Amino acid sequence: MSSTRDIDALIEMMAKLPGLGPRSARRAVLHLIRKRALLLTPLADLMQTVAVTARECRRCGNVGTADICDFCTSEKRATGEICVVEDVADLWAMERAGAFKGRYHVLGGTLSALDAVGPEDLRIPQLLDRVMDENVSEVILALNATVDGQTTAHYIADQLEGRVRLTSLAQGVPIGGELDYLDDGTISAALRARKDV
Amino acid sequence: MVVPGLWCGVRLHATPVSMSLYLTELVLSHFRSHKRVQLGVDARPVVLFGANGAGKTNILEAVSMLSPGRGLRRSSAEEMTRRPEALGWKLRGGLVSLGQGHEVETWSENGAARQVRIDGKTASQVALGRIARVLWLVPAMDRLWIEAADGRRRFLDRMVLSFDPGHAEAALAYDKAMRERNRLIRDEVRDPAWYAALEAQMAEAGHRMHTGRVRALALVQEAQDQAETAFPAARLTLVQTEGAMPETEPDLRDALADSRARDMAAGRALVGPHRTDLQGVYAAKDVHAKDCSTGEQKALLVSLILANARALADRIGAPPLLLLDEVSAHLDMQRRAALYDEVCALGAQAWMTGTGAELFGELRDRARGFEVTDSGGASAVMERDLG
Repeated sequence: MSSTRDIDALIEMMAKLPGLGPRSARRAVLHLIRKRALLLTPLADLMQTVAVTARECRRCGNVGTADICDFCTSEKRATGEICVVEDVADLWAMERAGAFKGRYHVLGGTLSALDAVGPEDLRIPQLLDRVMDENVSEVILALNATVDGQTTAHYIADQLEGRVRLTSLAQGVPIGGELDYLDDGTISAALRARKDV
Repeated sequence: MVVPGLWCGVRLHATPVSMSLYLTELVLSHFRSHKRVQLGVDARPVVLFGANGAGKTNILEAVSMLSPGRGLRRSSAEEMTRRPEALGWKLRGGLVSLGQGHEVETWSENGAARQVRIDGKTASQVALGRIARVLWLVPAMDRLWIEAADGRRRFLDRMVLSFDPGHAEAALAYDKAMRERNRLIRDEVRDPAWYAALEAQMAEAGHRMHTGRVRALALVQEAQDQAETAFPAARLTLVQTEGAMPETEPDLRDALADSRARDMAAGRALVGPHRTDLQGVYAAKDVHAKDCSTGEQKALLVSLILANARALADRIGAPPLLLLDEVSAHLDMQRRAALYDEVCALGAQAWMTGTGAELFGELRDRARGFEVTDSGGASAVMERDLG
């Protein structure tokens, strides 16, 4: 039996993580072993804990360690606005910006007939229920500007039409962006979404 | 300094070097039959001659890969790798585009999707389209006017892409939404909101495609009308397989919704820009291109490529790179000489192939000549005089 079998298995497992390849996984594992007390043991303990406690919020689909996440229990977040995102990474991106103070709804993907993902496979029925139950005044569709993202946004808009104010994120010139470097589609979208100054 | 047009005796119409588009260097590594080939060129046209199978068209294909898409053979990245090594391939081009020098690299490893780097930075294929506009004419297109409509649509979209690199995004978005809708049809899904959502995407992208095509056709038509050329003008129109193409985005959305029942019976979408065909008429004779002789059909295609290049030169300030594979086939000596004169007058760096140097004798020192040979299982390239 190889004396490095467990370490090799750990490297192989780490290499499956997004953003890590075999080489970076080897570096990370070596670093963890060298910092056993400081990193490896606490990390292993935390992973074991999270493996048991991590779950999806029953209301919005966010990932946390409680049945209902902090966003959904916080009264400060009850602004009447729900921001609909594709997955938890998008929710975290919105939170990083710190600009949105309402609650979220994580769909868990986008509609895709080719991948056999239909409305019932996403959290769309739950969103419709929340709009009815939570005194929602505005639903903000913060979905990716891809064909699947926009198809899903269109589908949700159709389901909620006339029941609540519906908005979507603006598309156009990024902050610090130069027009010369933008593609034609982005420039056209920015022009369509122009506003008075 | 090399000045395009100087060798033609028609400097008046030539594009100045500061406003031209040309490769200064091309390096092929493990690409098709080429193990490693380095070509140093200038703004003049480039002639590649040699026996069949020597690897001439592979060099043209390499140049075509410096523009967005799958190149002039529409092959997968894996098919372009040299066998038996199968190490993947890499191309590098020194490109002068509107007075600015760029280093363009594109490669594929282990059959993976090809990567692009411009001036050392990772870039998208759309970004490639902004600096390197490339048009081509290959023998497979000789039957363009008589074969199925999808070949003509590709030809048309290549023209549109030369004016608007963003056209590829619209076409991809349209195709994706249509394939999603076709799957709904095949799975007999009955959710009208899902159909409507996809039809909105198809209408948005499809309308962009259609307006791009109409605009490109108008520009090429205008360039044909204004040119004094030895090649016959074609009258071009867009036609639908059935009915008419809806002119506005809401009209296209409504047409798709109205066509749902019919589409379900057919198993696919029957309305939209994917059902557009390009029709050409030999203007002087008022004869459909498909009914013209082989030589006339080829002359019409050459005429369109040159008109496209002229329109592009007017619009962006430089003619595109032209790839003319076996261009002398089906052209008589008079038309061949006229083609060379027009390419030179345009100031375009045209990459042309043929089996023998004598086919390009009229070019003499107006072009750089290279002989391509097969040397022990790998292509070899040597510079030769054309005169």
